[in-house]
Amino acid sequence: MATAQVSEAEKVYILHGIRDDLRVDGRGCEDYRHMEVETDVVSNTDGSAKVTLGHTAVLVGVKAEIGKPRPMIPDEGYLEFFVDCSANATPEFEGRGGEELGTELSNTLYKVFNNQHSLDLRSLCISPGEHCWVLYVDVLLLQCDGNLYDAISVAIKAALFNTKIPKVHISSDDEGGKEIELSDDPYDCMRLDVENVPCMVTLCKIGHRHVVDVTLQEKACSVASLVISVTHKGVITCTRKVGRGSLDPESICEMTEAGKRVGKALHSPLMKLLQQEESLGKKRQKVGFLG
Amino acid sequence: MAVDMRLPTIKTSMSLSVPAAGRKDLVVPGDVITSDTGFMRGHGTYVDEDKLTASVAGEVQRVDKLICVRPLKTRFNGEVGDVVVGRITEVQQKRWKVETNSRLDSVLLLSSVNLPGGELRRRSAEDELTMREYLHEGDLISAEVQSVFSDGALSLHTRSLKYGKLGQGVLVQLSPSLIKRQKTHFHNLPCGASIILGNNGFVWLYPTPGQQEQEAGGFYTSLEPVSLSDREVISRLRNCLLALAAHKVLLYDTSVLYCYESSLQHQVKDILKPEVMEEIVMLTQQKLLEQEG
Repeated sequence: MATAQVSEAEKVYILHGIRDDLRVDGRGCEDYRHMEVETDVVSNTDGSAKVTLGHTAVLVGVKAEIGKPRPMIPDEGYLEFFVDCSANATPEFEGRGGEELGTELSNTLYKVFNNQHSLDLRSLCISPGEHCWVLYVDVLLLQCDGNLYDAISVAIKAALFNTKIPKVHISSDDEGGKEIELSDDPYDCMRLDVENVPCMVTLCKIGHRHVVDVTLQEKACSVASLVISVTHKGVITCTRKVGRGSLDPESICEMTEAGKRVGKALHSPLMKLLQQEESLGKKRQKVGFLG
Repeated sequence: MAVDMRLPTIKTSMSLSVPAAGRKDLVVPGDVITSDTGFMRGHGTYVDEDKLTASVAGEVQRVDKLICVRPLKTRFNGEVGDVVVGRITEVQQKRWKVETNSRLDSVLLLSSVNLPGGELRRRSAEDELTMREYLHEGDLISAEVQSVFSDGALSLHTRSLKYGKLGQGVLVQLSPSLIKRQKTHFHNLPCGASIILGNNGFVWLYPTPGQQEQEAGGFYTSLEPVSLSDREVISRLRNCLLALAAHKVLLYDTSVLYCYESSLQHQVKDILKPEVMEEIVMLTQQKLLEQEG
């Protein structure tokens, strides 16, 4: 993982600042950096979103393909996650350097979405036991400046909101065989209900306090952090401890409460923004990657 | 707790000074500088079909018959006498390696530092063994460029009381092209904090030191908590620096101070919002123009 070097005195400065609830960039302990979200940035995907959070930049693309449902759950589609750590983000990711972080992130994503609450997987079913939609969610890290989990989860939610799956009709021929027909109209498509898709909140234990949305410098001062995924109702779908240090049970409780509070507050501005962007439609000038 | 989410906007340049398009000495890669064959090809240029062409984006400089292009987006090219802020990356035999945003790591020789306890004394083998006690990996220092090696690597020195190890404060990393060359790069700003504008684009913000700390020669670092008011000033200055850098305003004591003054009506954490940033930088540029003319 990308890391920043910090000297002892700088660490002391950061630690005391967090104790006083005034961080190096003037934020309080539970403040996020300024976040920019744009959807529909990659034309050859079914849904895409780009999120920048400080200097962290994440691109997510969703592709829908027809596949076979899992044998145990014949009436549901499924999601596949893949995280690619581009060497553009940091030279450490060159070659196979980013593989470890990529697998760690995608495993977390599998865990976060592995429940009934986050996404209605039944809507992805075409014909039970035979065909279903498989959503390939590909995450690309463009820049790393701390707090990858949160940025990725926001980008995934935005990309899923943006995803348009073409409608299909199943017709059976005389011999009982089924045929799938794609609708000719490109605007005849199905949208996903992303209301319940969780967002991840990373809380870093620094000193005696926990901090949201850490920069790389702050991360260098913390020993352990807790990743919590929360839906808009405040349901926790997954928690994970990241980092080498340990957390005592009391602070885990505190951090979970704080994570729930912060996570819940993350959803409504995001949904509002996505709907605003949607309502602007084609009138909005796209910024993309060069803006 | 607040989350500020928005759609990205296209950045437009907002400069009150002369528009860049009207200047002939600014080139982008591929621009023909001259088709006259009487000139010599310098750094940042190449000859394409007998025409001297720019290979980097920047400013054309002419010395007699030699034409160079000085790139705007570049790593630090040090010159003797430059003030730099750097981070120790390695401790080696009789030298430290320092990261200074240049192409190669700079070196700080054991013989070019002031050791605690006396200005001039022989460096013994014991000093060599305890080098890591003075400066170890990750430490920040301020130093001056003593000489430039033939491969472009820099040799630094800290043989003055104003240079040495840096204590508590904040490092801001910016482009070296944005730092204005001045007589002094150390400033005690009237707003209550001090700043070192390293020529290499590393800027160090720290609380203004008291009298006795200054005399310790940089080897004593205070780990006492910095007061909340000082902290706020430093955070505000940090965000101001980033705002100025985002809008490509040249950095020196006056521009930083004017930006600080214009930002006072906003909360520290709001400075980095695009619209606030634009407003503050606009005000700063206005003040700078007024002061000039």
